[in-house]
Amino acid sequence: MSTVTDTANTPATDDAHGHDDHHHHIPKGITRWLLTTNHKDIGTLYLWFAFIMFLVGGAMAMVIRAELFQPGLQIIEPNFFNQMTTVHGLIMVFGAVMPAFTGLANWLIPMMIGAPDMALPRMNNWSFWILPFAFLILLSSLFVEGGGPAFGWTFYAPLSTTYSGDSTALFVFSVHIMGISSIMGAINVVVTIFNMRAPGMTYMKMPLFVWTWLITAFLLIAVMPVLAGVVTMVLTDKYFGTSFFDAAGGGDPVLFQHIFWFFGHPEVYIMILPAFGIISHIVPTFSRKRLFGYASMVYATASIALLSFIVWAHHMFTTGMPVLAELFFMVATMVIAVPTGVKVFNWVATMWRGSLTFEVPMLFAIAFIILFTIGGLSGLMLAIVPVDFQYHDTYFVVAHFHYVLVTGAIFSIMAAVYYWLPKWTGRMFDIKLAKLHFWCSLVSVNVLFFPMHFVGLAGMPRRIPDYALQFADFNKWISIGGFAFGLSQLIFLALVIKACRKKGEKVSSQVWDGAEGLEWEIPSPAPYHTFETPPLVK
Amino acid sequence: MKLLQFAIGTLLSSAPLLALATSASERSDLNLRPGVTDISQQVHGLHMMMFYICVAIAVVVFGLMFYSMIRHRKSKGAKPANFHDNVKVEIAWTVVPFLILIAMAVPAANTLIDMEDVSKPDLTVLVTGSQWKWHYKYMDNDVEFFSLLATQREQIENKFTKGENYLLEVDRPLVIPTGQKVRFLITSDDVIHSWWVPDFAVKKDANPGFINEAWTNVNEPGVYRGQCAELCGKDHGFMPIVVIAKDPDDYNAWIAEQEAIAQRAAEEEQRLLAMSMSMEELMSTGKGIHDSVCAACHMPNGEGLPGVFPSIKGSQIALEDQQAHIEIIVYGSAGTAMQSFAKQLTMSEIAAVITYQRNAWGNNTGDMVQAKDINAVMNGN
Repeated sequence: MSTVTDTANTPATDDAHGHDDHHHHIPKGITRWLLTTNHKDIGTLYLWFAFIMFLVGGAMAMVIRAELFQPGLQIIEPNFFNQMTTVHGLIMVFGAVMPAFTGLANWLIPMMIGAPDMALPRMNNWSFWILPFAFLILLSSLFVEGGGPAFGWTFYAPLSTTYSGDSTALFVFSVHIMGISSIMGAINVVVTIFNMRAPGMTYMKMPLFVWTWLITAFLLIAVMPVLAGVVTMVLTDKYFGTSFFDAAGGGDPVLFQHIFWFFGHPEVYIMILPAFGIISHIVPTFSRKRLFGYASMVYATASIALLSFIVWAHHMFTTGMPVLAELFFMVATMVIAVPTGVKVFNWVATMWRGSLTFEVPMLFAIAFIILFTIGGLSGLMLAIVPVDFQYHDTYFVVAHFHYVLVTGAIFSIMAAVYYWLPKWTGRMFDIKLAKLHFWCSLVSVNVLFFPMHFVGLAGMPRRIPDYALQFADFNKWISIGGFAFGLSQLIFLALVIKACRKKGEKVSSQVWDGAEGLEWEIPSPAPYHTFETPPLVK
Repeated sequence: MKLLQFAIGTLLSSAPLLALATSASERSDLNLRPGVTDISQQVHGLHMMMFYICVAIAVVVFGLMFYSMIRHRKSKGAKPANFHDNVKVEIAWTVVPFLILIAMAVPAANTLIDMEDVSKPDLTVLVTGSQWKWHYKYMDNDVEFFSLLATQREQIENKFTKGENYLLEVDRPLVIPTGQKVRFLITSDDVIHSWWVPDFAVKKDANPGFINEAWTNVNEPGVYRGQCAELCGKDHGFMPIVVIAKDPDDYNAWIAEQEAIAQRAAEEEQRLLAMSMSMEELMSTGKGIHDSVCAACHMPNGEGLPGVFPSIKGSQIALEDQQAHIEIIVYGSAGTAMQSFAKQLTMSEIAAVITYQRNAWGNNTGDMVQAKDINAVMNGN
């Protein structure tokens, strides 16, 4: 996604050390990427890494869907099936969605607030470069004797402690590294936004992507240490004789779930708040109208973030909680629908009486609003405790969280890439290919995830490698949709590679005729160094 | 054209499916079943209420969006308006959802309070999950048994045609009376399982070391099937639940018969203690037990899954230490997935399977273990 190497006017030398001193100097070769402290380079690295992980995690989903294509065990053994579901989840959450948002933050936050770079550039380099090692460790665990983690991405104890395979230590170590990377990335975002805004850029003038990421960064700093704590407890329960989660030693397996979901629920919003920011940029641009309710968007995001800390046990209604606790978590969860609704209404009101055009980023943004809302509504259904007893741990839940994560988070990331790619490369991407990608993805993703609602309601549990005959017809369709969605992403890969090779028409600095914000005032492609002197924001 | 494409695409991909869901709400392969208890029917009612409210919200929101997408297009000459906030509208769309939420929460809370009221049961059953089977113990009678998947391995491996109740059939179903409040005490011997029968709207986690409660009161006699709902390891997909609800008279006859059978089995066990089985008998019984019980982890070839479940073939316990072999099967091994089989198998079955494991797959020890050897370990005589 980066073509910045060729955009500088001065010739580059091979001296990688001095580039902080020479503003137009871009190092070449592998050391450029290994040693870079440039927010645009690091953003590019994050985005490519996330894309590769998306394809790897997607390949695992294909294995899962191939096994589930028809009843009976055809291709893989149940133990390997469990490894696939586990590692698919871990890779998509920690390897694809989160790094993609961090990559976008790196590219965009400095350009949006008029800063020359992130506040802590060397830490920025490190927070990226430990990630590939985390995932190498995780993936290599699949090849040790007994295979990789097979206890689900939620690694409930004691399945992940007493009853897990020997690769659990690798899993724990890899999650630790992912957590350190995320925390460092989040600290960088907070420090940059607090200290490096251009003169006149007050908090309530900040673009919404910056706002949503600021709030996301606080969530990350708050909950990633909780994840680190809980994996460490798993480690010591398994290898060092503690009994945090073992009743025989005075512990409680349900304690694991409380700690995990105290991390896990804010994590869900970590993966969706930046998406809200992205959509709040794209919808006004292609409606040629200012965002409706900017202030209420900020307050809604903050409310969602705060509420995310008091709803964790809605993942645990069947664990046997006191009825008052169930009622509390039900009501708290339902309240989240209010700020989330405000956001959707604001987007619709932004489109209302605008002057709409449907360029590719807008197509993805509209698909996001509709499909994310479907996921949100099924989430509201899941909040109702008595019915959740029926939905819990079925494909209805799988449908719900794939609507919010795939057609929510991932569609927003694709929308963002299409929206800002011309700014990054200076060229318009291949629009025909992009539209093909959009329509193939839109249709296949619904064939893939919509019927999951039906099999879930009809009683199919999640995380099973084989199923009863009444689920066979829908599972076939789900698998076909899955393969089609997987293949559609290769179109995206081809498009991005083509864009990086600087094919296509040159674009203006504004790129889209309704686009507003500091990033649209610098040339396209964005120069290697931008805003060395801060702009003045009125 | 672009817009038309978009509208058609979006509709094609989601709207008809929604419509299908509504029109076919009675079809069991598309929607939640109403079930056979008052509670499950209330739950179904709540589900349908939530579904219709969500559809209504979606229709309004998406309707406005599509109206805007059709009418407010630049290609139709739409000029952008200039408004970007409106306090009245914003207050309205914050307050109205609150009211809708209250309308949802009140009936949900009522049903929940009924569901969690486990007082005054007519009958109590202890349900214990373990990898990968259920155990039922009637607290008011002297009846307890394990309930295992009855589907043949060959059906799962696609060698035989799959039966009608593929993966939803067990060797010994739980039997409960209709018209009585049956309380379930739910726990686990190893990892977390979850006991779920959709037709009763009962799903409760089985947590090791803790006891959860749930209850049902079934209206109609029948066979009701469910599955374990919490990932519990390799064979999570292969531990179904089958409950038969019988009229109280039939139930009483059944439970009396079960008590008599249990009595006879205990006597038979004592009788077998005094007898010795031949090697052939031991080996053939032992193979049956190994393939149906032990093979879930240690595999039919005794090699286990390296790194997860240890091999019996060529292992020190199976080749040398016969006492340890008996003890690990009788007591299990603490801190590992190896459970105790003292409850699940009779002494003569344990004797047979140990003999088989010590003489199969090249473990040619020639050892013969008899029921009395097991009795010596279990009861010290």
